[in-house]
Amino acid sequence: MFKLKIDWPLSFCLLILCVVSLLILWSAGGENPRIIISQAVRMGVAFFVMLLLAQVRPDTWFRWSPYIFSVGLVMLVLVLLIGYTGKGATRWLNLGFMRFQPSELMKLAVPMMVAWVITRKTLPPNFLALFQAGLVLLVPAVLILKQPDLGTTIMIMMSGVLIIFLAGFSWKSIAGLAAVSAIAAPIMYQFLHSYQQRRIQTLFDPWSDPLGAGYHSIQSMIAIGSGGAQGKGWLEGSQSQLEFIPERHTDFIFSVFSEEFGFIGVLMLFTLYVIITARGLYIAYYTKDTFSRLLAGSLSMTFFFYVFVNVGMVSGLLPVVGVPLPLISYGGTSMVTLMAGFGVLMSIHHHRSLMSR
Amino acid sequence: MEQLQLKDYLRETNLIHTRLIALAVILALLVLVLAIRIWYLQVYSFDRFEVLSKDNRVRLVPVPPVRGQIFDRNGKVLAENIPVFTLEILPDDVKDMDALLDRIAQIIQVSPNEIRKFKAQVRARPDFEAQVLKLNLSEEEVARFVVNQHRFVGAQVQARLQRNYPYGGDLVHVLGYVGRINQRELEQIDRKAYKGTEYIGKLGVEAKYEEHLLGEVGFEQVETNAHGQRVRTLDRNAPVSGDDIYLNIDAELQVKAREFLGDRRGSIVAIEPETGGVLAFVSNPVYDPNKFVNGIDHLSYNALRDDINRPLLNRALNGRYAPGSTIKGIVSLAGLENGWAKHSNVVCPGFYKLKGSSHRYRCWNRSGHGNISMIESVMKSCDVFFYQLANTLGIDKLNQMFARFGLGQRTGIDLLGEPSGLNPSKEWKKRVRGQPWYPGETLITGIGQGYTLVTPLQLSAMTAVLANRGKRIEPRLVNRMVHVTSGRAVKSNISTAGAVLSNVDASQNDFDVVVESMRKVVENPRGTAYNSGLNAQYSIAGKTGTAQVVSIAQGAEYDASKLTDFQKDHALFVGFAPIDKPKIAVSVIIENGGSGSSAAAPVARQVMDSYLLDKTLETTTPADSLTQGSDSDTNDTVAHSSSAI
Repeated sequence: MFKLKIDWPLSFCLLILCVVSLLILWSAGGENPRIIISQAVRMGVAFFVMLLLAQVRPDTWFRWSPYIFSVGLVMLVLVLLIGYTGKGATRWLNLGFMRFQPSELMKLAVPMMVAWVITRKTLPPNFLALFQAGLVLLVPAVLILKQPDLGTTIMIMMSGVLIIFLAGFSWKSIAGLAAVSAIAAPIMYQFLHSYQQRRIQTLFDPWSDPLGAGYHSIQSMIAIGSGGAQGKGWLEGSQSQLEFIPERHTDFIFSVFSEEFGFIGVLMLFTLYVIITARGLYIAYYTKDTFSRLLAGSLSMTFFFYVFVNVGMVSGLLPVVGVPLPLISYGGTSMVTLMAGFGVLMSIHHHRSLMSR
Repeated sequence: MEQLQLKDYLRETNLIHTRLIALAVILALLVLVLAIRIWYLQVYSFDRFEVLSKDNRVRLVPVPPVRGQIFDRNGKVLAENIPVFTLEILPDDVKDMDALLDRIAQIIQVSPNEIRKFKAQVRARPDFEAQVLKLNLSEEEVARFVVNQHRFVGAQVQARLQRNYPYGGDLVHVLGYVGRINQRELEQIDRKAYKGTEYIGKLGVEAKYEEHLLGEVGFEQVETNAHGQRVRTLDRNAPVSGDDIYLNIDAELQVKAREFLGDRRGSIVAIEPETGGVLAFVSNPVYDPNKFVNGIDHLSYNALRDDINRPLLNRALNGRYAPGSTIKGIVSLAGLENGWAKHSNVVCPGFYKLKGSSHRYRCWNRSGHGNISMIESVMKSCDVFFYQLANTLGIDKLNQMFARFGLGQRTGIDLLGEPSGLNPSKEWKKRVRGQPWYPGETLITGIGQGYTLVTPLQLSAMTAVLANRGKRIEPRLVNRMVHVTSGRAVKSNISTAGAVLSNVDASQNDFDVVVESMRKVVENPRGTAYNSGLNAQYSIAGKTGTAQVVSIAQGAEYDASKLTDFQKDHALFVGFAPIDKPKIAVSVIIENGGSGSSAAAPVARQVMDSYLLDKTLETTTPADSLTQGSDSDTNDTVAHSSSAI
């Protein structure tokens, strides 16, 4: 008899996040029922995908990793050749009935593939394994960066780096890399798009250009700051209701949330995110096989990095790169991908004792 | 092999467990960083951001006050604010401006000039401010627009208040007009008081009483969104409407008085002697002030400016004329105060000669008046009598008497830019001309020629003093102002009565003599204004005058037929009625009108009738048929020619 494999604590927390998302979207989207309905539909699809993937045996992921990765890579190349262009970026493949964003697939495929490459030998990885892992990581990253999509590139890099870190990449090498990147950063800066450079410049001093490049950053900080400890109340945030906050139902939705619910609300939201991430790390900890451990650890921590980068960018800590607030921001693809990741986590958790290689 | 795999597996497990714990620590650190950042923004810097957030959304928008209205003494509206329809476009809401303008042009006529003005405004102002495309839409145009409204997204018809002068040109020289604030005015006014107000008084009562008419600007605290659009009103501080002004002017009299002038150039100033209230203040020709409210176009303005009849000139206030014989009343008064009596005699042979000079100062009557008294000299306007009188008095005494009646000084009327005229004296001539005073100049000053220049208003004020037997009051256009305090509808009257200036301190007997002589001018069959006084239902005292415009050579004859219109004499008349209890004092000047008795006096009679009787006497006949050229009292001795201005 079929038994539904689902992780109840995780599902419960994700459900609460979705409710919070709909509440804040009602406010940020100008009380537009169409936005709420379409987001709710996406959530349904995402939960369905999660439950679907939760039923799959984790060794399937191991076996399929090279194929999923290869298909993703081919599609990324196709995107650059015949992709659909919107808002100045070429990110989509037109499949006729829908537009598909291959970089979303790679958010799962890349960590799987890196884990696959590394776990073929015993850990910690030797130089050859590291080289292969680096290749598997960098090729799609470069392809996505060319779309251009800095936010996704960073998150995909992060998921791969996390696998390598979990696999036991030596602390010495980490320290060395940190030193090298500190030196390389100014050089890399030269290769960024001018709009990305401007974002970084205004990060350090948004008030130098309050009506130009710094405008979004400043309005977002004003929204957060004026929320105070208790917030202005649901639907009462003047910065968001009067449209001072840019992209307020997508990337900048955290500003709306903190303006209306204040520091207390923010702490509760953080708690929710920490519980979800910690649950993922717990699953990784108690899983028996190495591939699943690496994958589970990477997926959980990447999820939190979304939160960190998004909150960091809207609060003026990090440059504005297009990273949504996971499960709260309006938008479909990234939500489905994230929930798919949780599906994989659940499948790993439920088969933890079955798996041993 | 199995054991090795197990050993590897345990090592891997330990390794990954260590790293997972490291990740958990990193997770904790990252959360801490975020929490501290948000705490810094929301708790530590809350005050600062709260202020910034409020500044973002709250704007202070001025609400302009409604300009005070102007009424005549009977409550007739002279200046009002009427709603007009304007077509305005909000650039923010327009996708393709040129296409929109094309569509509008299909149903409403818009000139290239209006489009050019509109586009310049759009470039200069922010996109969220609506700009006017066309002013003063007709009701038909409004209807056509409203029916097709859906085709013109971004355009709308707005009703706004605009100044209107229902009497048009009839009162333009009293009221002046308002116009758009120009750059020079912008630098002078208190900009705070004019926030949201586009118009300012440019001339006349509108300019003089600007601060009362303006009112106080109100403010609305409004919440605006990021695009500057108004979302709601948070607070409102209502504006205070400008004071309503009631004039002493009788609009009906004003209109009729101008009709009496017809198309002749000239002025009529009527004053209520007791109060100094100005009943009529006419300068002809006139122009339409309504054309100036939204800015007159260059062609029309140039036409007005270059018009040979000079409609823009306010003759009643700014016109300066030789008073001619109208001055003889107060010259007599000077005589009476200096040993002359009403029956003092002079022999008039038709001319007067100074001792040791052969120059003949002629009387208008070439054959002479013979033996003539002071009373008769006023009545018949004998020049020789006044040459003799002036000669014995001397210029100093004449100058003093003129000054006591306000000549050479501003009357103090409530209008801007009043000239003082000219009351000549020895000092004045020395200072300005660098020459001594000649006795001959005293003679012609005695008959109102020479250097003396008066405004129609001064003549009227002088006559009012005679009517009052000495009391001199500042003339006033404005009777009172009504201040409406906002909300409470409390009305308070602000008095604007003219100050009583120094009395002309002459004996009542002397005044009686002067008034008697002026009465005879009108009532005696041999008086110069007898024809104009026929059948009057009240008593009139008056004096005619004729001022020369071009000088006539010694021995030459004045022949009106040989002169062009602009070289003919100015016709003057001053008078008041009724004599015992004067209600109106009038001065009439008709430029190049010929003689005072034939042209000016009949008009003065019509004005008096209009004011004192219920309606104009229908029997009043045109001036020309009444006079037969019997009383042409021109002083053709004058070397100095005077003309208006």
